[in-house]
Amino acid sequence: MTDQSPRILQVEPKILLGTFFSVKSSKFSTLLHRTYPTEQELNMSEKHNFGIAPVTCHSFNKDRSCVALSLNDSNVKIYKKSGPKWQETDTLSEHGQRVTGIDWAPESNRIVTCSADRNAFVWMLEGGKWKQVLVIPRINRAATCVKWSPRENKFAVGSGSRLIAICYYDVENNWWVSRHIKKPIRSTVTCLDWHPNNVLLAAGSTDFKCRVFSGYQKEVDEKPGPSAWGSKMPFGNLMAEFSNGGGGWVHSVSFSPSGDKVAWVGHDSSVSVADATMSNQLTVVKESFLPFMSITWVTENSMVAAGYDCNPIVFSYSGGNITVGAKLDQPQEKQSGNISAMNRFKNLDRKGTGTDTATDLKTQHQNTITQVSIHTGTKNDASKVATSGVDGNLILWDLKSLESSIQGLRIS
Amino acid sequence: MAKNTGSSKFRKVDVDQYDEDRFVDDVTEGGDEGGPNENKYQDALLLVLQNAPIGSKNQAVKDRATNLLVRVLTSFKGDIDQCVKSLDGKNVDMLMKYIYRGFEMPTENSSAVLLTWHQKVFAVGGLGSIMRVMTDRKRV
Repeated sequence: MTDQSPRILQVEPKILLGTFFSVKSSKFSTLLHRTYPTEQELNMSEKHNFGIAPVTCHSFNKDRSCVALSLNDSNVKIYKKSGPKWQETDTLSEHGQRVTGIDWAPESNRIVTCSADRNAFVWMLEGGKWKQVLVIPRINRAATCVKWSPRENKFAVGSGSRLIAICYYDVENNWWVSRHIKKPIRSTVTCLDWHPNNVLLAAGSTDFKCRVFSGYQKEVDEKPGPSAWGSKMPFGNLMAEFSNGGGGWVHSVSFSPSGDKVAWVGHDSSVSVADATMSNQLTVVKESFLPFMSITWVTENSMVAAGYDCNPIVFSYSGGNITVGAKLDQPQEKQSGNISAMNRFKNLDRKGTGTDTATDLKTQHQNTITQVSIHTGTKNDASKVATSGVDGNLILWDLKSLESSIQGLRIS
Repeated sequence: MAKNTGSSKFRKVDVDQYDEDRFVDDVTEGGDEGGPNENKYQDALLLVLQNAPIGSKNQAVKDRATNLLVRVLTSFKGDIDQCVKSLDGKNVDMLMKYIYRGFEMPTENSSAVLLTWHQKVFAVGGLGSIMRVMTDRKRV
């Protein structure tokens, strides 16, 4: 402490004042989260900030009035929209380690969460309070992702123990039962997506492969009709397996709205689509961008992918051809000149420095985007998508107004 | 002392001669001694890139291929930009792999040449091609 004090004396009084305020404001920020949409961006995108911690994952409820997210810790926070702001309403704190996946079932209004503590919880709203039921997926490594099936009668958990656990509710025993899909997964399952028929499941893995499995559970599912991926679907059956030839971990996988195509992105900066209607034809683009972390279809032929470039990009697929579309985040002209007092304090709060740093990215997201989800509409016709990332921001992108304002952006 | 009865002749069999990647060596003769024709350098480059021993487990073969490619790059005369632009995506990625491999085993003056090439290849392949060098398990 003694060698510290002379240094403090040399610091400008202004700076000290700034530090004082930044402490106050970060306390304030945990109660009420600020949003700063500039007027130009107002129509095309909305930016919501949830502090300086990364948003690990997010999920909206059915009418999009609430969002559940995890700020890189063991808690799940529920925010309710009030005007332009998000007001924190609940904290779900049962997990012992970092939460890795959240999925909010729209119809049954249940939230499923999974965590590095190898457990999953199903949360139900009872009398205004969230009550949890423990689900044990029987895994010996961290759970990495979780997804409700479209009919919400079961969910799938991906994990580091090289398996997928399909969990369904056993009414007789009042217990969530977990069944495993093990073969031929050779590494951590990083991402999952359900086929609209409620049976097939796409999974991406760190063994560089994307696979389509059957997640059929005879206890809760009716016998599925034939799909483009095959007609026989016993539980755990491998329907298809794809490798794009490169060595990238698969970060995200998504079924097209019809379920006939599956798209995935990997750490080798690639976007791949496999089309079951064209005898599993594989199409890969490897471009000059940084890797994508997340991808989702927004129409039957278009996808939005986002990742380390901090900028969502539209891709379109037609007949064995992927075309790279426009970036959703068009850089705005930054106002130069003197830094405003508000920006000064904002910088002090975020970065610990009062000056405008040149490290700001030109994009709205200031760090990697880790998740893209559909906000308004369905996969068949999405009008708004949400992205969240390491910079603690959640940004809503209005695809319809972006499409009319950005040249070369066609979403069909 | 037990007598060594088994023949150890088999240890001296050059199994590499049956390695399908061995023809890379032949390219050296053809590509390099063909003459100082500009076009030939580009052909040599393409040949080496397309016959890269990425599937081989034999490090010696890979090293030979890298040395060969570095030789092609250092003796390259002509427009590098044009040459890189004429390559397709796969070959651009492969060239980037070789450039990074070349950095690992520097010889006299090779690093300067490789840096020039790196700049040109980066202008075409972007960050994506560097990502693929780092992630790909099939190394050169």
